[in-house]
Amino acid sequence: MSTATHKLLKGATGEWEMVIGMEIHAQVTSNSKLFSGASTAFGGEPNSHVSLVDAAMPGMLPVINEECVRQAVRTGLGLNARINLRSVFDRKNYFYPDLPQGYQISQYKSPVVGEGEVLVELDGGRSVSVGIERLHLEQDAGKLLHDRSPTMTNVDLNRSGVALMEIVSKPDIRDAEQAKAYVTKLRSILRYLGTCDGDMEKGSLRADVNVSVRKPGAPLGTRCEIKNMNSINFIGQAIEFEARRQIEILEDGGVIDQETRLYDPNKGETRSMRSKEEAHDYRYFPDPDLLPLEFSQSFVDELKAELPELPDQKKARFVADFGLSAYDASVLVAERESAVFYETVLDKLANRARDGKMAANWVINELFGRLNKEGRDITGSPVSSEQLAAIIDLIGEGTISGKIAKDLFEIVWQEGGDPRALVESRGMKQVTDLSAIEKVVDDIIAANPDKAAQVKDKPQSLGWFVGQVMKSSGGKANPQAVNELLKSKLGI
Amino acid sequence: MTDLTSLTLAEARKGLADKTFTSLELTDAHLSAIEKARVLNAFVMETPDQARSMAREADAKIAKGDAGPLAGIPLGIKDLFATKGVRTTACSKILGNFVPTYESTITSQLWRDGAVMLGKLNNDEFAMGSANETSCFGPVGNPWRREGSNTTLVPGGSSGGSASAVAALLCMGATATDTGGSIRQPAAFTATVGIKPTYGRCSRWGIVAFASSLDQAGPIARSVRDSAMLLRSMAGHDPKDTTSVDIAVPDYEASIGKSVKGMKIGIPKEYRLDGMPAEIEKLWSEGAAWLKAAGAELVEVSLPHTKYALPAYYIVAPAEASSNLARYDGVRYGLREQGKTIIEQYENTRARGFGAEVRRRVMIGTYVLSAGYYDAYYLRAQKVRTLIKKDFEDCFAKGVNAILTPATPSAAFGIGEKGGADPVEMYLNDIFTVTVNMAGLPGIAVPSGKDAQGLPLGLQLIGRPFEEETLFSLGEVIEQAAGRFTPARWW
Repeated sequence: MSTATHKLLKGATGEWEMVIGMEIHAQVTSNSKLFSGASTAFGGEPNSHVSLVDAAMPGMLPVINEECVRQAVRTGLGLNARINLRSVFDRKNYFYPDLPQGYQISQYKSPVVGEGEVLVELDGGRSVSVGIERLHLEQDAGKLLHDRSPTMTNVDLNRSGVALMEIVSKPDIRDAEQAKAYVTKLRSILRYLGTCDGDMEKGSLRADVNVSVRKPGAPLGTRCEIKNMNSINFIGQAIEFEARRQIEILEDGGVIDQETRLYDPNKGETRSMRSKEEAHDYRYFPDPDLLPLEFSQSFVDELKAELPELPDQKKARFVADFGLSAYDASVLVAERESAVFYETVLDKLANRARDGKMAANWVINELFGRLNKEGRDITGSPVSSEQLAAIIDLIGEGTISGKIAKDLFEIVWQEGGDPRALVESRGMKQVTDLSAIEKVVDDIIAANPDKAAQVKDKPQSLGWFVGQVMKSSGGKANPQAVNELLKSKLGI
Repeated sequence: MTDLTSLTLAEARKGLADKTFTSLELTDAHLSAIEKARVLNAFVMETPDQARSMAREADAKIAKGDAGPLAGIPLGIKDLFATKGVRTTACSKILGNFVPTYESTITSQLWRDGAVMLGKLNNDEFAMGSANETSCFGPVGNPWRREGSNTTLVPGGSSGGSASAVAALLCMGATATDTGGSIRQPAAFTATVGIKPTYGRCSRWGIVAFASSLDQAGPIARSVRDSAMLLRSMAGHDPKDTTSVDIAVPDYEASIGKSVKGMKIGIPKEYRLDGMPAEIEKLWSEGAAWLKAAGAELVEVSLPHTKYALPAYYIVAPAEASSNLARYDGVRYGLREQGKTIIEQYENTRARGFGAEVRRRVMIGTYVLSAGYYDAYYLRAQKVRTLIKKDFEDCFAKGVNAILTPATPSAAFGIGEKGGADPVEMYLNDIFTVTVNMAGLPGIAVPSGKDAQGLPLGLQLIGRPFEEETLFSLGEVIEQAAGRFTPARWW
């Protein structure tokens, strides 16, 4: 259900539309694995987080980790999705050395979460709604290590059995930009919920991307699946490449083979991994070791009541309560940490209603701008929420001007310290005392009699006088007070 | 002093409590019986040192007066149960010399209650078989022979080692497992008592899986009372097995000798097979008569979907097995046969590690689960299963307390006599027992008589879910009427 216009690709025979669906594998944030008590900690010595169940020892049985179920339900709720009170774990059977049981416990016909929806923001205030087909729980596999022996492959089962959520979108995505924005938004929701850390570098979030092309309005084309994407930028590049590859084939009179492909970021191209004929027959059937997963509506309701505020809600609240623009609000809520920082600043402000919007500007323009320039993220900001709130208070109450505030910000960034004390000790205070400014005003008027005469006919030239006064006061004069004083002295 | 091996478990318990003999003496008597009976091939691993040390421990506890319910009782353990530090193979080459670092829930409960482990018992490879002929350790001999014959007969399967060892007085009781009749059929072939409890009554944790939705452990013992004593220790909820049920375990022994007066016993007409031997027919009527004499009421009942049970079972069980046995891949433990590629390694390992019957069932199971066949086979078999379950439910809803059937369609047969050309001939052995697994119900096999050749025959009682006590009460009535049967020693 696209409300935004999307990018079409130009081919020799006209324009082509991309149709994209995604399967996101998100590692569930939990202390222990989906069906065993082993730790899920990242980066342990190989095979140091492996229980008897994870190693598929004879006679071992899986026992569901309820926290993983709660995390899946929370995520479902965050995706505005239907929660299924009864779902079933199935076995997906295939042989691979990283899969000790010889099957992955997954959910096939009856997933724990059904249809939902994600609102995805695009540039220029556009947005698109992407449907969620389902979310199910499944086990991760182990890892093969090929570099430990010249003749053998070793297996590390630390990840074997770690809980994953597979989040399947509907084929509602229409171009690479939307695809990237969808993953970004989904990751943001997961992080807000605390159900997945979203760390793509560590593999906590991986995407399989299904791409097909068609003439606008034509029926769906044959799709190819690009497996295991672990970077949002690569996802965009892979989609562009894959769509163009398919268009070229179709325009040459060829047909698309339904197949699984891999993206090579070095070459910037996708290549075939296996064809449909080579696809496994997974022989899914309900896992007889596990009873169907059943919980009550009140279990769901309790989780819903405890759900944190999600980006969409937060954005709406920022707009309504502080008069932020939709764009600024989006920027603030995109990452949970940024939103948290902004809200901490708000909490510490003396007058939130008056200065809330100014705080947003400062967070976005000064702080984010400076952080971006230095390639840091918000958690590594040298200016704390407390310091920033103090700077904004000083502006709001008229102690310093916006211009001085920028200098103060720079000092705090470089040297740290209490902004209020710095203003005192470095004499940055705005001069509001009229008698102190009066002399300067009088001098400037006296030195520029022509301009003083003109100003009555050209009131807009008052600005020149204000600028002169500010300049000679070192920016510390209160512009408001200067303005008033000049008006009365010049008789306008 | 009488031969200590000829005591029932209940008698031995009394002797130990009265300090007539020690557990060490009782254990030694059995260890020496095992040594003399190696020709039966019932044990695949003897653990005399462990047995004696456990016996001494039990004696110390008895002396202190804090003896558990099975203190000092020497038992045999089917090789399907993981025993910590003791080789566990499921009698398959593919597990090689696998030594678990863990103890199955059931055996830990037996040791908790003071029992002594004599060793590991032979069984059909991965419990797949009805004659104990598929074990990688070779077939097990039945202590029973046809009168005037030297032919060694099978003890039934898959718990053939358990049944043979108990019948030959090599252990006072044994653990066993039953997926389609693997406790009850060997019990019937050896004149021992075997009970498969309700699905979920005993934990499956630490038992090598065959077909998870059908597998259930239980004891094979010398008497109904002995089986009740053993089941009490084996049963119970286990948080490590989510299919185990959290219902308190009753004192099963208390149901021995309880009146069965007024109980309604169903006689299912569909179990009256065409061409059923007259001896089986006669045994069945006799059993019914004994129960009637004890005050039970007999009613004819109908279980209309019985004839579909065996075909459906031979879809469901292999399907689950094909998946359960996928973990035996030569990667982490057990046999590994190298290959040039990982696929070749899998193929070599599994082709050489699994025996013919296991390979057959893995292939059947893989086939019935594959794309395009799933609905026609697996899904349909599950529907049949639901109907079979409903047959029993309808019957119990009419007030029937238990159902009486023959345990097997024949007495024990000779090693190599059946199933050579047609595996189905062997599968037919389970005809009276598989329905019980498909419905998840408890069933007990009790020795009830002998055929014309002097071989034991058994009757089966099928109960309502979690009403094993009814089966013990009724079983004991049959036992009292039929008497006990002991084979003449030829080994």
